[in-house]
Amino acid sequence: MSAPGTDMVSDADPRSGERLMAPVARRIVGVLALVTLAALVIVGLWVAPPDEFQGDAQRLMYIHVPAAWLAYLAFGVTAVSSALYLWPRTRSLVWDRVAGASAELGVVFTALCLLLGSLWGRPVWGVWWAWDARLVTTAVLFFLYLGYLALRRVPATLDVRAKRCAIAALIAFIDVPIVHFSVTWWRTLHQEATVFNPELDAEIHGTMALALWIGVLAFTLLYVYLLDLRYRLEVLDEDRDERELEAAIADRVQGGPPRETVGASS
Amino acid sequence: MSLFQEAALVAGKDLRIEARAKVIGQQIVPFGLIVLLLFAFALDPDRGVLQRVAPGLFWITVLLALLLGVSRSFAVEAENGARDALRMSGLDGSSIFLGKASALAVELLVFEALLTVGVVVLFDVRLASLPPLVVGTVFATVGLAATGTLYGVLAAGIRARETLVPVLLLPVVAPVLLGATRSWESSIDGVPGDAWPWVALLGIFAVLFVGIGMLAFGPLLEES
Repeated sequence: MSAPGTDMVSDADPRSGERLMAPVARRIVGVLALVTLAALVIVGLWVAPPDEFQGDAQRLMYIHVPAAWLAYLAFGVTAVSSALYLWPRTRSLVWDRVAGASAELGVVFTALCLLLGSLWGRPVWGVWWAWDARLVTTAVLFFLYLGYLALRRVPATLDVRAKRCAIAALIAFIDVPIVHFSVTWWRTLHQEATVFNPELDAEIHGTMALALWIGVLAFTLLYVYLLDLRYRLEVLDEDRDERELEAAIADRVQGGPPRETVGASS
Repeated sequence: MSLFQEAALVAGKDLRIEARAKVIGQQIVPFGLIVLLLFAFALDPDRGVLQRVAPGLFWITVLLALLLGVSRSFAVEAENGARDALRMSGLDGSSIFLGKASALAVELLVFEALLTVGVVVLFDVRLASLPPLVVGTVFATVGLAATGTLYGVLAAGIRARETLVPVLLLPVVAPVLLGATRSWESSIDGVPGDAWPWVALLGIFAVLFVGIGMLAFGPLLEES
């Protein structure tokens, strides 16, 4: 695939916006992500001291917290892109693809966040799962966007899918604060003293804070890299579907045997 | 015609179909009572567990009935090209939404009233303070009907809608389950003061999703 405009895609084409960033830029972001991730491994596993109370289990926080941050960032991007798609002046499939790609990353990192939290909770809290408000909200968040991804996988024309999914994404986004509010309220009303305080270490050691910040940076770079990659994959996917359709039509016009079309069926 | 007249027209149509099909009376209400029976099998009825968790079980059953109601509400539009007729009727999207959502809300309220009798009789629940309970139930039902109708039209015309609607709808209405269950618990315990904040939350949810539905229903109906 060549640069935008030189291939069969013109500026007026609705499928403009073939790339989010130039391949070089993506490569640079990828390398930076790798470097910061390596730094995170070194600082997180060796440089930062083990926690006074939690021991080495606390090191999970260096990926747990960045994963949580990334989940929120990703869902935020999905919501903004969906709104931009629905706004007539900025309507473009670019925003739909960004929303979808970002939601996928958000779901993956929410799952990672829950999983790591659970692994950490077992030695530190003594349980895999606690009905803490933040945990419950995150779980609901995970399922809200899992549903969104299921909706994205429903075959439809690109515009129909984009509009449908954009509305679903915005509903999910509006629902998150209500879920959070109600769940927090519920837990504070019904839980006497909270034993499981997620902020056990309000004062953290300097290198610990450093590890956290490196983690946040590394994960953000990784997010940008993966988002661009996923966006590009989506463009190629759409392109393939269209080409297959064109080829099938061409075959029919020439009177050839009917061809099996893949995708866009079912 | 005004918005509400149009909505009444659509709601009247849906309710008339339901009244003639008798599906609610013959299938959905018995289904709810069977679920209550199953809860008693699953949770020992002798140790007072059922009585304690009755509000939660009641609202879980309502959520299950909501899924059936949403499915029916859009099944009637799928046949005989009724959805195209609705699109071409010239009715405003918001009023169609209001009509379909109110019909669903009325159906749910009928179901809830009968289910309440079931809970009182079978689970030995005593409803101590009625006002927050009734208001909370109405708000919760409006919220559920609005979200249900919204996701119903979103999934209308999708082949996998029967499985897709629960996945999309249930996490969204999680706050309703929370609020409705808590307000019922407080009402049953006879401390209505604890129930009113939850009733307020249910009211906010209902208003919000009626608003979103009125905005989004038209565009979604066009695409379905």
